[in-house]
Amino acid sequence: MSAFVGKDSKVVIQGITGQHATFHAEESMGMGTQVVAGVTPGKGGIEHVGVPVFDTVHEAVEATGADVSGVFVPPPFAADAIMEAVDAGVKVVVTIADGVPVQDMVRVKRYVQGRDVIIIGPNTAGIIAPGECKVGIMPSHIYRPGPVGVVSRSGTLNYEAVEQMNELGLGQSTSVSIGGDPVNGCDFITILEGYEADPGTEAVVMIGEIGGAQEVDAALWAREHMSKPIVAFIAGVSAPPGRRMGHAGAIISGEADTALAKMERLESLGVHVVRNAGDIGATVQRVLKG
Amino acid sequence: MNIHEYQTKELFRHYDIPVPEGRVVHADAAAAAVAEEMNGERWVIKAQIHAGGRGKGGGVKIAESVEQAQELADELIGMRLVTPQTGPEGRLVQRVLVEQAQEIRQEYYLGLVIDRNSQRITLIASASGGMEIEEVARRDPNAVVREAVDPAVGLLDFQCRKVASRIGLTGKLMPQAVKIMKRLYRCFRDKDALLAEVNPLAVVADDRLMALDAKMSFDSNALFRHPDITDLRDFDEEDAKEVEASGHGLNYIALDGDVGCIVNGAGLAMATMDVITLCGGRPANFLDVGGGASPEKIANAFRIVLEDPNVKVILLNIFAGINRCDWVAEGIVQAIRDQHIEVPVVVRLAGTNVEEGRRILEGSGLDYIKAERLDDAAQKAVAAIGEVSA
Repeated sequence: MSAFVGKDSKVVIQGITGQHATFHAEESMGMGTQVVAGVTPGKGGIEHVGVPVFDTVHEAVEATGADVSGVFVPPPFAADAIMEAVDAGVKVVVTIADGVPVQDMVRVKRYVQGRDVIIIGPNTAGIIAPGECKVGIMPSHIYRPGPVGVVSRSGTLNYEAVEQMNELGLGQSTSVSIGGDPVNGCDFITILEGYEADPGTEAVVMIGEIGGAQEVDAALWAREHMSKPIVAFIAGVSAPPGRRMGHAGAIISGEADTALAKMERLESLGVHVVRNAGDIGATVQRVLKG
Repeated sequence: MNIHEYQTKELFRHYDIPVPEGRVVHADAAAAAVAEEMNGERWVIKAQIHAGGRGKGGGVKIAESVEQAQELADELIGMRLVTPQTGPEGRLVQRVLVEQAQEIRQEYYLGLVIDRNSQRITLIASASGGMEIEEVARRDPNAVVREAVDPAVGLLDFQCRKVASRIGLTGKLMPQAVKIMKRLYRCFRDKDALLAEVNPLAVVADDRLMALDAKMSFDSNALFRHPDITDLRDFDEEDAKEVEASGHGLNYIALDGDVGCIVNGAGLAMATMDVITLCGGRPANFLDVGGGASPEKIANAFRIVLEDPNVKVILLNIFAGINRCDWVAEGIVQAIRDQHIEVPVVVRLAGTNVEEGRRILEGSGLDYIKAERLDDAAQKAVAAIGEVSA
């Protein structure tokens, strides 16, 4: 079982004729993802990587019933592409682009308000339900089916946690990177809701970082609404204040933004906090046994 | 991307936000002539550097005469100004802003940010102008008024009136405040800003509201649609090494430790620094090589990290997703061969094409320390420093 996407998901890739999109569309099809269509304005009518290409997402959805989109267009066009997918009725929109203007995302969030859609990203590695569906750029071969739901800001730290779990024989129900931007499509809470509802998920790993209050908000929400245990790691204990550490959102602007403050707050809210990033897998194992 | 105060005020003039009459003076221009041309009896001479806290550092002076304006400008231009935000080495002052001094009756704070909680552009205001807004909020959170803007309709008049009245900008001042807030919002939205601060927004002679100081910062990811803002970038105000690194597609931030770090992904880069710290070491830098790193990019990363003389060991930690371990390995071999690297290099590779990457490294016959896991890599790096110094 999985959350948000699964073996029945029908995926449309926006910007499919691009080099990266082509590579990742093929890679995800190789692991079983049902990629049913591509969209590249002006190239409608051709076939690419074995699927039909359309000029608009609307046409793609009408012709193929696509309900998940992978947005692989460059950052300046990402916001428009997301809203196009939402307007066409797609239920999960995954945006890979790193470098989408923040105010574009402010408008996107207003646009999707009140609509039944989940936006993942931008600046994300994507989402994967191992063995079922992948929309993103992560190396699918490192993921194994299993009982752990993973949600992180970072992509590579997500891989790190997954490899540690694999070494201990622990697979993943679903893994999502929500991205490192300050205004992102969905927060940790949205993903936790999905994991709580998914019968295939028994425990959750949440990987956050310095900056913002989303991790603490998630822990506050989880205390009231979640029955499954959460293991959390917060990156950036050694980050200096006031500097953006790679991710646009990873900046300490106040005392509550520091990794230590977040870890302490999470612990007080009943989350199993891992202090050493090398101990994520072992902690999940302990929590699942306990 | 940050810009100078004088540039922000120039932008404000385009948006009809009142600012004092003033002109920027470079090393070769005459502050006295500028002051004389502007009339008035007193002038403010303000050092133009990006760092804040200029007043505290002695970068803002009052001249009582045209001659004094010249003296103060000469004194400031060419000095290294140290403020609470520059670090002890300070920042070289290359230009000053000469402005007509205003009679200040009251000071307020006005700002716009993109608030992470509401995920919207948010107006921030306070009756305590002239102080850092963070400090005001710490002392009394109720002294700071916040109003989020719905992007569908923009900042509305009634919202501005609500904010103005709550900070005491009433009577004749209210309509002026509403205009300034709306214009500042328009400028912020038009130019893809991340931050706009007017501190202080002051009541001056004849009960006029005026932006006496002005600061704006812009979204680097949106500069493609703002060539006018891009032109305002001042590379002298940025760290030369960070600029050079970004030219190679590397995200580098210098820190003060001795373990050089080369990692892919911001999250893993931070976590690597954290584990080094937990093992008793101190990271010398943050460095994210990004995705699709070529051998040349990896070799450049080595070069940039090693320019820091404090680096005693390098820890390379790559978990390849869209990267390829074989390319990374080729980059490591290139770097160690061509750059005469004398410090120990700890390598941890995982992910895409890892077997091939390991084969390349082992076949190269080069001297490096192999690590399997993240914590193992950090321990070995910290231990290697101990051995070098012993």
